[in-house]
Amino acid sequence: MTTIKIPKKIEDDFNKFCEEHKIKGSEKKKLHEKLKEIVKKSLFEPGEAIGVITAQSISEPATQMTMRSYTMASQAGRLAKVTFGLPRMVEIFDARKTFERAMKIYLKEEYNNKKDAKRIAEKIKERFVRDVVEKSSIDLLNMQLEFELSADADRDTIKSAIEKYAKSCNVSFRANKLYIKPEKAEIKDLRSLKNKILETHLSGIRNILKVAVVKDGEDWVIQTSGSNLRKILELPEIDIKRTYTNDMYEVEAVLGIEAARNLILNEASSTLGEQGLDVDIRHIMLISDLMTKDGKIRSVGRYGISGKKTSILAKANFEETLKHLTSASFKGLRDELRGAVENVMIGNVAPIGTGRVELIVDPKKLKKISGKKS
Amino acid sequence: MSKVSSIDFGVLSPQMIKKMATVKIDKAELYDPDGYPINGGLCDLRLGVVDPGLRCRVCGATAGNCLGHFGYLELTKPVIHPIFGKHIYHLLKITCRKCGRLLATDEEIKGMKNPWKEIYKNPRKKCPHCDAEQKRITFQKPTTYREDKQELTAEEVRERLERISNEDLKLLGINGGRPEWLVLTLLPIPPVTVRPSITLETGERSEDDLTHKLVDIIRINERLKKNIELGAPDFIIKDIWELLQYHVSTLMNNEISTIPPARHRSGRSLKTLAQRLTKKEGRFRGNLSGKRVNFSARTVISPDPCISIDEVGVPLVIAKNLTVPVRVNKNNIKELRQYILNGSDIYPGANYIIRPDGVKKKITEENKQQITEEIDIGYIVERHLKDGDIVIFNRQPSLHRMSMMAHRVRVMNYKTFRLNLCSTIPYNADFDGDEMNLHVPQTEEAQIEARMLMAVQDHIRSPRYGLPIISCKHDHITGCYLLTKKGTKVPKKKAARLLMRIDMEDKATKDYDGKELFSLLIPKGLNIEFRAASCVGCKKCLKENCPYDAYVVIKKGILKSGVIDENALGEKKGKLLNRIERQFGPEVAKEFLNKVSVVALEFITHHGFTVSVTDSKLDPKTEKKIEKLLEETNKEVEELVRDYKRGKLKELPGMGKEETLETLIQKKAGDVTDKIGKIVKDSLGETNAVIMAKTGARGSFVNLTQTCASVGQEFVGGKRISRGFTGRTLSHFKREDMGLKSRGFVFHGYKRGLDPFEFFFDAMNSRENLMDKSLQTRHSGYMERRLVNALQDLIVEEDLTVRDSYGTIIQFVAGEDGIDPAKSDGGKVNFDLLEK
Repeated sequence: MTTIKIPKKIEDDFNKFCEEHKIKGSEKKKLHEKLKEIVKKSLFEPGEAIGVITAQSISEPATQMTMRSYTMASQAGRLAKVTFGLPRMVEIFDARKTFERAMKIYLKEEYNNKKDAKRIAEKIKERFVRDVVEKSSIDLLNMQLEFELSADADRDTIKSAIEKYAKSCNVSFRANKLYIKPEKAEIKDLRSLKNKILETHLSGIRNILKVAVVKDGEDWVIQTSGSNLRKILELPEIDIKRTYTNDMYEVEAVLGIEAARNLILNEASSTLGEQGLDVDIRHIMLISDLMTKDGKIRSVGRYGISGKKTSILAKANFEETLKHLTSASFKGLRDELRGAVENVMIGNVAPIGTGRVELIVDPKKLKKISGKKS
Repeated sequence: MSKVSSIDFGVLSPQMIKKMATVKIDKAELYDPDGYPINGGLCDLRLGVVDPGLRCRVCGATAGNCLGHFGYLELTKPVIHPIFGKHIYHLLKITCRKCGRLLATDEEIKGMKNPWKEIYKNPRKKCPHCDAEQKRITFQKPTTYREDKQELTAEEVRERLERISNEDLKLLGINGGRPEWLVLTLLPIPPVTVRPSITLETGERSEDDLTHKLVDIIRINERLKKNIELGAPDFIIKDIWELLQYHVSTLMNNEISTIPPARHRSGRSLKTLAQRLTKKEGRFRGNLSGKRVNFSARTVISPDPCISIDEVGVPLVIAKNLTVPVRVNKNNIKELRQYILNGSDIYPGANYIIRPDGVKKKITEENKQQITEEIDIGYIVERHLKDGDIVIFNRQPSLHRMSMMAHRVRVMNYKTFRLNLCSTIPYNADFDGDEMNLHVPQTEEAQIEARMLMAVQDHIRSPRYGLPIISCKHDHITGCYLLTKKGTKVPKKKAARLLMRIDMEDKATKDYDGKELFSLLIPKGLNIEFRAASCVGCKKCLKENCPYDAYVVIKKGILKSGVIDENALGEKKGKLLNRIERQFGPEVAKEFLNKVSVVALEFITHHGFTVSVTDSKLDPKTEKKIEKLLEETNKEVEELVRDYKRGKLKELPGMGKEETLETLIQKKAGDVTDKIGKIVKDSLGETNAVIMAKTGARGSFVNLTQTCASVGQEFVGGKRISRGFTGRTLSHFKREDMGLKSRGFVFHGYKRGLDPFEFFFDAMNSRENLMDKSLQTRHSGYMERRLVNALQDLIVEEDLTVRDSYGTIIQFVAGEDGIDPAKSDGGKVNFDLLEK
């Protein structure tokens, strides 16, 4: 490497440092040269097995993480049931699709007060018919369903919500009760209909199951369990820049893969940070980059990154040995032995670190030198 | 030596099977009554040799050199290869039952990205090529195919597969061979070297699992042949055929989920081909990617503060058994001759020589004279391990690269490996019986690489966070604190004693102040200021004039103020150590660590340092204060419970009533523990236990509080203890008692002793932590395996990009700024280094 480019952040920090210490002119130039030297010495060496170092740097502290997966509500400003510790780490690297989702919704300045926050929280919370029904029963005599509604139930919304089922049913309100009578039905159907109606979405945003308004420094923040980024971002009161979800697939769909990459980075480093474990951010960056390198979120494991590998031996070595060997021989594939494990298995020097360097001798020059000596 | 450059995978054709075989096997018996292998049996001598002393009949090589030779068995009726069952099914489904063409027109195929998958997903009812009506084919794992409920025999399957044209196979991406080869007509018989028989002490021969299975196959095969010849009824033939299929299936894989595994007479299921490859102990993970090694040793470790951090004490017995090959040249021939004369028993000696033609000779009492004369330049002598040799030292679990480091050998008496205390941290070793492994690199290249890349001092800085990991702990830190704290005087005599240990006795010219003495160890030209661990965090820092002497100032290598403790030397926090490594390099840091640890230990030894019960003795006044505080809290909690039971408790956001109560009580319990902690911290004087806690040497103030005041709330499953009987934790409490006492709050401290309830709750908590720890190891272990597997091929290229082994770029600049955390200062570049 002939030219060393000092990373921008270090350059900026350097300028700040110089200002603080009132270093100018030629002295600054001299120091800059020195800085170059230091940066040069700090750079990665070619061939460094950065992947293995990263993997070890993340999993070594993981052995010290707690197993208990849920924090309790007691911890400051948090809703119950957020996975953390090692199980959360596994969740992130697995890129799981089902897990405890949560959002942190920040509000625009003009709505950043307790009253508005509470109002918005109420508004976005998903409600089902069951939330406004006090009691439900099946009237076998008349073959109809009977729901006792709570006082604050809005009949029109209920009616429009259950319209789907109302086509072949007779829907009527009397006092605080709602009656639904299907034109023809058996007890079995009635029961399933009852459950379906109870689970019907009434108002709010889908998947926002629980809400809590919490004061976070200067801000009033709505914490939710369950997440629906797209719909939340559509609300006019929301501060789009700061609103946060822990669902990487949602972020990928709404904001794109780069955002998802940052989310993985954030989630992983905060999970480690919570446990008081120090891991250089560069390691987590590498993993999130690898997980998102081909535009889709890939999990770390046999169905993700490892399953997508080109080398048959590397795949067979990891998991599902038989599957990989059979499909390779059926298709007549070739393993070019370029990776690390493949070469270890064969007994070659793995092309990593010093094993990657090859010595090429120029015979002419060699002759010259040896000629001189003798 | 030629290098393997690539590996092709494919399917064996019957022609190939026949070609590579040396024998046709057709007899189920192994040996004749005399115990001689039967020709054409499974132990036929032409299949290779396993018995020592014999020569192979085919290649003439001796046992161990002859890899063995295949045989073949002619199957009376073809059988399906069970491992390829699904592939065959797919092929049957996507090709015409009559003409064998793919069930799609040429144009359609042209437009398909993955014809195999796409045709399979939308099966045609009619062949577009020959208009033949297609029937519904179903597959029953592992080897049964039915066409409209009519079972297809392996022969029929084979016929159909034969009809598939080569062009079509190419389109499907099948290059491994003809599909009909997946229906076996010939069975390759693996050489005996693959399935060696063991001779028991009784003289009885015990055959390998594979041999047993093959015997079964041959027997059934013969029976099938005989029955066909006899013209037995179809159903009998079908039955035997199926049995043959079963045996072949289990030969390939004995863990197919739908068929019962073949068993040994004892009931143990047989280990057949697939079982040899898979799982952790299989060929792949057990033999290919993890190998057994020679030139290694393992024994118990014990501490030795007198050796350098990059040394390892090796017992003499081990040094005499581990050898290093040395090539004889004119400079070392004299020395090596002496080694040979010493032989293998006298240290330093040699155990073997290797002649230039590659023949290895053991050095014995009888031949050592002769060998001494024989050796010449070009010979290799395998001499004993001696001081200064480089070895790789390792402790499992090898979680990070610092778990394997290169040490220099120090041959010592007694039978344990000796290890410097500073080096225990990266290995996570202690001396309660831990064992460690040692490996001797055998080639010059390996030795140099170990020296250059794996040396202990090159790993002082951890790549995980860019700060020192090899550092001082426990007594080192206490010792340094005692030495450097205000008012420590070291008279000339004592100073000489300390400095003698680090070969600096010439400096002992006067009475020293503790700080002055420590300054002798710091490299010249070092300037640094930082806060010590014992900093109490005053609102306004007085810096050099800190009343607690907790502000460290080092100017030009002289310790001006402050005490040296964990924040100077400790793991990850050691600012002084960090700076020395950064500014002066690993060698100086190594020397510094060596000196500091020796001096600190020597000083603390003479100073004397004991922890006793009185260390955590509170004065009666404070004890009363704490008691009162606990009482108050108890009352407050009772109040809360009362409110809750009356339904008066106001819910917290996002919580139910019960949750709110729990949260509030937990907060109260936590608060009171914090308050007590503060009181304890203020009222305990500088006892030895306190010194350890505040310098970060060992223990914490929480531990002290728990000892002398109150243990606090015990948790199980992240909650206050609530399990046990209905509505209560123990039968001594009232039902629905939500108070502190009944839910695991421990009012007493360990010193005064817990009451029975408290003891029980404390045990519950301890047990949970213990279980957690042992259960989680496998989870984190598996995560590590997966991570390593996903990331192992990534390397940094010359242009600082991160790429995998096929050149795909993962990052354009490694770590986004190209800076290696292992060479950084906590992940950053430290500008303080610029000024000097």
